[in-house]
Amino acid sequence: MQQHKLLKNIAFYALVIVIVVFAVFPFYYAIVTSFSTGSQLFQVNYWPKAFNWANYEAVLGGRNFPRSIMNSLFIAGCTVGFSLFLAVTASYALARVRFRGRGLLLMTILAVSMFPQIAVLAGLFELVRFLGIFNTPWAMILSYTIFTLPFTVWVLTTFMRDLPVEIEEAAIVDGASPWVIITQVFLPLLWPALVTTGLLAFIGAWNEFLFALTFTSSESQRTVPVAIAMLSGASAQEIPWGPIMAASVIVTVPLIVLVLIFQRKIVAGLTAGGVKG
Amino acid sequence: MARIELKNVKKSYGAVDVIKGVDLDIRKGEFMVFVGPSGSGKSTLLRLISGLEDITSGEMRFDDQLVNNLVPSDRGIAMVFQSYALYPHMKVYDNMAFGMKLAKAEKAEIDRRVREAAKMLQIDHLLDRLPKQLSGGQRQRVAIGRALVRDPRVFLFDEPLSNLDAGLRVATRLEIAKLHHSMEDTTMIYVTHDQVEAMTLADRIAVLRDGLLEQVGTPAELYERPNSLFVAGFIGSPKMNFLTGKFAEAKGCKTLGIRPEHINVVAEGQGEWSGEVLHAEDLGSDNFLFVEIGADEPLIVRQPGKLKIALGSQVSLQPRPEKLHRFDHNDAPIR
Repeated sequence: MQQHKLLKNIAFYALVIVIVVFAVFPFYYAIVTSFSTGSQLFQVNYWPKAFNWANYEAVLGGRNFPRSIMNSLFIAGCTVGFSLFLAVTASYALARVRFRGRGLLLMTILAVSMFPQIAVLAGLFELVRFLGIFNTPWAMILSYTIFTLPFTVWVLTTFMRDLPVEIEEAAIVDGASPWVIITQVFLPLLWPALVTTGLLAFIGAWNEFLFALTFTSSESQRTVPVAIAMLSGASAQEIPWGPIMAASVIVTVPLIVLVLIFQRKIVAGLTAGGVKG
Repeated sequence: MARIELKNVKKSYGAVDVIKGVDLDIRKGEFMVFVGPSGSGKSTLLRLISGLEDITSGEMRFDDQLVNNLVPSDRGIAMVFQSYALYPHMKVYDNMAFGMKLAKAEKAEIDRRVREAAKMLQIDHLLDRLPKQLSGGQRQRVAIGRALVRDPRVFLFDEPLSNLDAGLRVATRLEIAKLHHSMEDTTMIYVTHDQVEAMTLADRIAVLRDGLLEQVGTPAELYERPNSLFVAGFIGSPKMNFLTGKFAEAKGCKTLGIRPEHINVVAEGQGEWSGEVLHAEDLGSDNFLFVEIGADEPLIVRQPGKLKIALGSQVSLQPRPEKLHRFDHNDAPIR
């Protein structure tokens, strides 16, 4: 009996280790590689031999990489802000206001998210040109917001629908306008949902490549993924693996930090036990 | 503080008529209870008065002021919901102060009113807590307190006790009755499906059925002089016995009603009806006998005190003639 249990435990943790290694190894190897230079790069090393910061210095010292990070931060931040604002107001209407064609509208929103990026690229390019925002951050903010909204609206609508109607009615009796209800009553209850959707929108915007490549032309407007792809070595034949890996590590860190911060927020979720107030 | 008049008030959702024309006059300072089975429209009627739903046609006046198109916050009402509906993220104090804050009242005034209400309901030691840290009874007090702070003309209760357990329910019922006595000017409207709550709390009861008022009157009136078979069956616990066929014909009516407490067990052969005791329930203070006298259902007889009657034995029963209720073919009373 005891042995059986032990065996089960071992099997369980073995499986956990396999999954963790599988998921984390690529990133780990990127870190190891980012600390190597020269011919070290082409030896297979599973442990870092030396901590050589040269690649990081090269990347951060480059003309445009810090600028790209700022671009990415600005674009992702704005995308999150815009999409959450639009999604919260839209989902309040979709979840709580009765109007004709509500179901159809919801399905349409969902349908939008089914288009592959490449299918709308040409049309979006025309739109961006028409609006005169080509090669500015707003081109990316616009297109990312378009692609994030369906998901955000759907998730928030579901959450909003689950909030008790009576709480809203109590607020109406207390004299609250729809705007007050959204901002002072619903938003605090929707925190976990907002954090989750906001985080996903941020990650999506941070990692996006195709639009960022298409809608920028000058180096100073590039976002991080494009900037990494465009890193070039001393000659056309040399791929600068070291700096690429260092850059990848640098741009992953903000995401990890964000997840760690907000994970605590989610865990401390305000609604725990409170919604059936 | 308000007199409420409803004139031919109707409410429909699409093709479905929920309230089919209600005329009702609720006096100033009255405790009015809406009672009826589920689907009778009693909650809808309350929501129409609150302004959470718009009336489809008809007129509604508070103190002679037409309020058909006034939003809830402009009607001077306060509402206590079945699920309490406290704001989960706000402390008790902020829950109670929210309405006044929105109305841009002065801070000192808000503070005074909140503390006064909290003291009245004995929740002043809970003001710093969140709703999730309170018990069900305490939450209901906070919900009542939140309504009190608004100093409403009309106090609306939507089945406020149905989420509480039995003991707490009685205690809170008493609490609400006390509240009513201490606020003589405030009109209160209370919705329940529990006729005991209705009988104990109400100045007057309005019995609803299928979106229409069946009868409005004091608890005693409804109990003693029900205006229809439906009201007779709805008010009183256990239910009034209804006899048809030869029992009713003997009294010259379609349906004969008699309350369980108005039937006496008499000596063998002395009673009008007799039959076998099928079942007996001893509640300590009362005995309920279920007697098969040949009618559609067993007759329920309520006898005070201890009674020694074996199951299966024959008993003779005599209804008190002045307490008989006779109903005609339209379920209307014959008097």
